Amino acid sequence: MAISIEEVTRVAELARLRFSEEELRRMAGELEKILEYVRKLEEIDTSDVVPMTHVHDDFGTLREDRVEPRISRDEALSNAPDTDGKFFRVPKVIE
Amino acid sequence: MKDQFEAVIGLEVHCQLLTESKAFSGDKASFQSEPNQYIDPLSLGHPGTLPVYNEHAVKLTLKMGLATHSTINERSIFARKHYFYPDLPKGYQISQYEQPICTGGYIEITEGGDPANTRRIRLIRIHVEEDAGRSIHDAESESSLLDYNRSGVPLIEIVTEPDLRTPQEAQITMRTIRQLVRYLDICDGNMQEGSLRCDANISIRPTGSSELRQKTEIKNLNSFRFLERALTYEINRQVSLLQKRQPVAAETRLWDEEAGETRSMRSKEEAHDYRYFPDPDLPPLLVSESLLRTVKTQMTSLPAERVAKYTSDWGLSIHDSEVLTAERDVADYFEDCVSHLIVDGKYPVEQIAKSVANFLMTHVLRTLKGEDARNEEFVVDSARFSQLIELRLGDRISSTAAVSIFEQMLISADAPVTIAEDRALFQIRDTAKISHVVDEVLMQHSDRVATYRAGKVGLIGFFMGQVMAKYPGSPDPKIVRALLEQKLGSNT
Repeated sequence: MAISIEEVTRVAELARLRFSEEELRRMAGELEKILEYVRKLEEIDTSDVVPMTHVHDDFGTLREDRVEPRISRDEALSNAPDTDGKFFRVPKVIE
Repeated sequence: MKDQFEAVIGLEVHCQLLTESKAFSGDKASFQSEPNQYIDPLSLGHPGTLPVYNEHAVKLTLKMGLATHSTINERSIFARKHYFYPDLPKGYQISQYEQPICTGGYIEITEGGDPANTRRIRLIRIHVEEDAGRSIHDAESESSLLDYNRSGVPLIEIVTEPDLRTPQEAQITMRTIRQLVRYLDICDGNMQEGSLRCDANISIRPTGSSELRQKTEIKNLNSFRFLERALTYEINRQVSLLQKRQPVAAETRLWDEEAGETRSMRSKEEAHDYRYFPDPDLPPLLVSESLLRTVKTQMTSLPAERVAKYTSDWGLSIHDSEVLTAERDVADYFEDCVSHLIVDGKYPVEQIAKSVANFLMTHVLRTLKGEDARNEEFVVDSARFSQLIELRLGDRISSTAAVSIFEQMLISADAPVTIAEDRALFQIRDTAKISHVVDEVLMQHSDRVATYRAGKVGLIGFFMGQVMAKYPGSPDPKIVRALLEQKLGSNT
């Protein structure tokens, strides 16, 4: 069951990545190899196994509801490519 | 023709939780301020930051779960929901997907205040997630501006089963949810500012059928009126498509209030593939028994319970009970007053409740400032207000005097007794003294006495007025009337 070029294109779109035809073909082959490797797991009967979401599953961590400011607006905006001094500015997006 | 079809409606209601700090970081959860004041590297999606969930947000969620009879899952997990949009700097929203914190449960809605019309609306789930930032598109022509104060504010999403059949029912459900979250201090319920908002899923089917047909989703409805109007529009649109034998497209639609219509926002072909997966940065959300116990002790009695108590134990009408329970602060105030007055056992509880309720609804509610009573200060505290009602219950002041004493209480801190004394507002019950004044009045108006005795009994009002005006202070009108009737009836 090979990964199709269409599937790779779709995944690339979702991740906002653009590839050339040649790259897409290479990716399809590489992804197929990875899936082939993982497919090994299908040999095991997992119908009684609860899906594992975390390695350490027996502790939860919560924090107290306390306000602890860490940075100022100026500091935050200093990392932005573009601002008006108050807002972050990005190319126009309208959905 | 419209009876041929029925609507199948489900709601997804988002509530911003009333926490001090954000869901996963210590920046303030307040966005009613200058843009980008409350931004943490985590809210901005900087690499290397790690989220830790807010315990108070868990408590608030558990309150809602308990109030809606949901199953509280001891262990639930956070998931990443991926999409790209500038209001979401990380590229994913932390939410819950496969294992939410609450599952099942129901909300009871009552149509038209009649308990016989109570219906259970089942819930699918309640899950926790974080809000996104705010985008401003119309300030500049070439750019959008981003404010991340709201980014990371904790939310719960309440998802109902498609149990609703009319826009009216959907609106009542939304109102009921709003009342619950405000009672429990979970959310301020401000729909205009988006603290409480909902998406509605709707499809149409032949009445009586149990199939589920193609639905559409209407996004971001932030008022009861918009919800009802959007659903009404959407029902008509889908029915007319069905009658023309055209398919209903699977799509997300937006309500345009100005045009009075829903408009397609995106079709499912272009729909996002969110690629949910468990968030490796966050351990499972564990609800310990002790946490759940603490939350249970913090639950308040809910509107439906209170209405039941007011009507069956205290003898109030359903209407009055609903007015009194609409806002929790009013209901608490009312109950405080009743318990102050119950203590000495002098008056039956029904009489107390009726007296407090009437005065509260007629004279006190209008003195509350602002347009809603949440966290509203009552000018007169419940203890002092109860003293006023006690004077009324003991018939020591007239109802008119009670109102003027109350007006005075609004501007002074004096006890009602003091005010009544200062202004000579106590009803005078000294029959001998009143009798004397009555005699004087009758003597002065002997001609009218004759007219009265000739059969014009309506003149009693005139005599009453004369006595009341002449007497220093306020004689008890019941005594005045009794004396007048007695004296006018006899020929002495």
